[in-house]
Amino acid sequence: MPEINVTPLGAGQDVGRSCILVSIGGKNIMLDCGMHMGYNDDRRFPDFSYITQNGRLTEFLDCVIISHFHLDHCGALPYMSEMVGYDGPIYMTHPTKAICPILLEDFRKITVDKKGETNFFTSQMIKDCMKKVVPLNLHQTVQVDDELEIKAYYAGHVLGAAMVHIKVGSESVVYTGDYNMTPDRHLGAAWIDKCRPDILISESTYATTIRDSKRCRERDFLKKVHESIERGGKVLIPVFALGRAQELCILLETFWERMNLKAPIYFSTGLTEKANHYYKLFITWTNQKIRKTFVQRNMFEFKHIKPFDRSYADNPGPMVVFATPGMLHAGQSLQIFKKWAGNEKNMVIMPGYCVQGTIGHKILNGQRKLEMEGRSTLDVKLQVEYMSFSAHADAKGIMQLIRMAEPRNMLLVHGEAVKMEFLKGKIEQEFSIDCYMPANGETATVTTNPSVPVDISLNLLKREMALGGPLPDPKKPRTMHGTLIMKENSLKLVSSEQALKDLGLNEHQLRFTCRVQLQDPHSDPDTLQRIYVHLKSVLKGYTIQHLPDGTVMVESIVIKVSSSTEDPNTKVLLLSWSYQDEDLGSFLSTLLKKGLPSGL
Amino acid sequence: MMALPYITEHTGFTGTVYATEPTLQIGRLLMEELVNFMERVPKSQSATCWKNKEIQRLLPCPLKDAVEVWTWKRSYSMQEVNSALSKVQLVGYSQKVELFGAVQISPLSSGYSLGSSNWIIQSHHEKVSYVSGSSLLTTHPQPMDQSSLKNSDVLILTGLTQMPTANPDGMLGEFCNNLAMTIRAGGNVLVPCYSSGVIYDLLECLYQFIDSANLGTTPFYFISPVANSSLEFSQIFAEWLCHNKQSKVYLPEPPFPHAELIQTNKLKHYPSIHGDFSSEFRQPCVVFTGHPSLRFGDVVHFMELWGKSSINTIIFTEPDFSYLDALAPYQPLAMKCVYCPIDTRLNFHQVAKLLKEVQPLHVVCPEQYTQPPPSQSHRSDLMLELQPPPVPYRRCSVLNLPFRRRYERVYILPELANSLVPSEIKPGISVATVSAVLHSKDNKHTLQSVPKPPPVPPSKKRKRVMEEPPVVQAPKPLLSGAVPLEAFLATLQKHGITEVKVEETVDGHILHLQADDTLIQLEEDGTHIVCDNNEPLRTTLRDLVLRFLQKL
Repeated sequence: MPEINVTPLGAGQDVGRSCILVSIGGKNIMLDCGMHMGYNDDRRFPDFSYITQNGRLTEFLDCVIISHFHLDHCGALPYMSEMVGYDGPIYMTHPTKAICPILLEDFRKITVDKKGETNFFTSQMIKDCMKKVVPLNLHQTVQVDDELEIKAYYAGHVLGAAMVHIKVGSESVVYTGDYNMTPDRHLGAAWIDKCRPDILISESTYATTIRDSKRCRERDFLKKVHESIERGGKVLIPVFALGRAQELCILLETFWERMNLKAPIYFSTGLTEKANHYYKLFITWTNQKIRKTFVQRNMFEFKHIKPFDRSYADNPGPMVVFATPGMLHAGQSLQIFKKWAGNEKNMVIMPGYCVQGTIGHKILNGQRKLEMEGRSTLDVKLQVEYMSFSAHADAKGIMQLIRMAEPRNMLLVHGEAVKMEFLKGKIEQEFSIDCYMPANGETATVTTNPSVPVDISLNLLKREMALGGPLPDPKKPRTMHGTLIMKENSLKLVSSEQALKDLGLNEHQLRFTCRVQLQDPHSDPDTLQRIYVHLKSVLKGYTIQHLPDGTVMVESIVIKVSSSTEDPNTKVLLLSWSYQDEDLGSFLSTLLKKGLPSGL
Repeated sequence: MMALPYITEHTGFTGTVYATEPTLQIGRLLMEELVNFMERVPKSQSATCWKNKEIQRLLPCPLKDAVEVWTWKRSYSMQEVNSALSKVQLVGYSQKVELFGAVQISPLSSGYSLGSSNWIIQSHHEKVSYVSGSSLLTTHPQPMDQSSLKNSDVLILTGLTQMPTANPDGMLGEFCNNLAMTIRAGGNVLVPCYSSGVIYDLLECLYQFIDSANLGTTPFYFISPVANSSLEFSQIFAEWLCHNKQSKVYLPEPPFPHAELIQTNKLKHYPSIHGDFSSEFRQPCVVFTGHPSLRFGDVVHFMELWGKSSINTIIFTEPDFSYLDALAPYQPLAMKCVYCPIDTRLNFHQVAKLLKEVQPLHVVCPEQYTQPPPSQSHRSDLMLELQPPPVPYRRCSVLNLPFRRRYERVYILPELANSLVPSEIKPGISVATVSAVLHSKDNKHTLQSVPKPPPVPPSKKRKRVMEEPPVVQAPKPLLSGAVPLEAFLATLQKHGITEVKVEETVDGHILHLQADDTLIQLEEDGTHIVCDNNEPLRTTLRDLVLRFLQKL
């Protein structure tokens, strides 16, 4: 039985460093190649030595697919391709291809230039890595090789986020990456057709949450920001440069305009303008509304939001600052946080998920004293608010996707084990399909049961269809017969006669003849007539003919009558049939030996 | 695409229209522009009597020669456009779309304009390609996808260049030179054009040319109700552009340089000549506007304005209309006329190269392509010459495509597949008899195992059961091969049948089993068993014979 193996190297019962190996139909595919934000050591990257102990990965992988540009999905890519070594194709969508190298470079700068780490990938490696990228368009079927094909679907998580359908022969797997089933202010909702994959590999970040409507969350968010500003406090919103940031900017921008607010909004420098520019150029990837109105007014040209300068953090008075990165683990957001943490008037709003080990995660768990580098501690007095704005599907969304795609098996990654367990139970209960949740390095195996594609001769098919009538009767299935010819790699199903002809074989006729003696005091034609009537009454559903040349035909069995030379009352019946009618012929000879019923 | 509303709105069409996203968006703009132009034309009483053949015959040229005037239609409305476009389902290049389970269609880049596509229609065994309006030149769109056209049974070829003798690159050079010459002489340049397509290339060409030709201060105007939208839309379809332009987006920079022309105020666009344009208009200048037929749209005003002065120039770039016909109503005209049609579609030379590469079994094309154009009947290079000769078609003709369907795909379910017993007939060739239930749904066929008949309920009339005729069952397979005499005799012996008298005949042998009064006739292509009143013997003999034969 063919099987599909799925092994997470990262994101197995965990969030961060997504990297999932799939082997399907003899092909090996790596899905995402991310890094872990919570670690600064070797655990930061997936353990590629699982694939091979020594040397390059090229010969072990048929392709690598990146779902979107978040670093926990693509952060290890240059390390994998340039430092470990992989020269095969890397697939990602156009926006991901555009934005991914910028984030990688940014990340590299923080790690190498600021923290002074060595043994990390270089700018050149990022460039070389990006040369191996093949861009994907939505819904385009890309033939990786003769057997392996992949197709991208809209995932709605961030700009350019995609789900991928991977198909080899009649086996298939769908990997969702991160996705969002509810459209938001700048992106549409994820969508997939009823592709019935053997396995659906889904993220499960919010496996146990069912979120209230987006409107309420937005109102809450605006209320909190507004209150804080009114008090004269400063609001820090740690974000990643692309994605949620743009959604929240659109939200605040419209709110500021409506309420005629004057407090400044800043966006940490560097990526901002560039990021917004990407949104303008990739407007086809945003939601319907923005796409429709972009000619008149581009939603990504903000009036109220200005670039941030480091010195502004000490300015008096209220302000709102969007700063990167989103989990407060490094960079500008952390610097501002340190400055503002001591004042209870201030507020930090965490609009997304924080990975374990980051400061964001700590303060969200209520930790009020933070140990910083150099043994100093930081008292956290400011308000900490969490708003789930990250665009992941919640439990309801995951179920919705399962209904859309109708997978035969389910596999959960990118979530916490306890939450996964809960969702797994729910999925198995509701859809009665198997649900797997392998840990890192653990392999989940799914046996598939593919049908065998065969070429049927059109003659045979048409004959069968015609016999079946226009509306087939489900209670009376018709059986069709044919010969399957297996020649090299081709499988052809033809009628038996055709098979003989195609293979250049002669038919061998096997016939049987049987004489049956019968006591019947009538003339020969009368006897024949009596036999005809008798058979007619016994054999329902068969074609029985009384032919003028003095024979009775039952299907293709010939029955003749002659009188015995010695006794004219003893009739000799001659039955002759071919092997194809063996069952019937054998039955008839036994039947006629018993004689004709007297009632005739 | 411009005639789409006529089909979807007036014929009772209920189907789906497939198109790429740029085709939909830009097509919408062009239709919107057309509707807008038509609405500006004063509504006169509609006259139809002239369409009567008798009256039309008496009318002056060219009305007299117009064919099938009864089929002429009014322009559609914006409402009809919207309704027509609501039936469009978007597809991406190389996307495989299943139609009724029977065929699969997918669009391929044709390299002619943004989102333009050739189509493949294929089943599991047949493949038809539709190649229309394709270009092998490197302009702004994604290059033409040729490799996917390979292995076609039939290739339908249309939309070749209208200007087989004009070289687009040369025309572009001529265009720039004439433009510069007129401006230097203080004249204005009028370029009648469509609002999308070649204009992007013209603007790009001018972008490079402006500085070297010292045209930095000359204003360029693009006037169309959809000018802004067209320029904006062109920038957001990076996925559909050539590699060069695509990589610009990664920087991120707009893919087309006309963004910079607009930013630096060298290129200005207006919805019409009214409003802002009339106050900001400076001469000498270059104006791009429609409609290229010169019959309607803003271009008409410029013809009236500039037609009388010989320092002005009109440059025709669109190949769809004869420039002489277009100019006819404006004669006498002092304005200079330059004709440099830019048609990047395939010419005959390129077609020959393409077909050599793609190698379709048959080519179907309009009959015009099978002979040289009437005006240049000596140019035998301006026609398609192929082996086998192309199948020509003309308007309203119904063609039978020259292929025979022989096979269809059917799926054998795993349970049945496991139960098949293949036997090797010849080296490398195995056969297995298949008896199965055929299920056909949505043009997809599957074979399932024959369900086991429900066990016969224990019948009270046991005696009757014995006499029930056998249910119609799987007919026995056909047999093939021959029964070798010696081996057969040996087998008989093994089964205790020893008294066999062998008699030679013309075609084979007759075996006489004397003890049982049974005859077996062995021949090359048949075996005949004559056996009375001994059913067990007959079945034994049957099974022994079958051992030597192959079942199909």
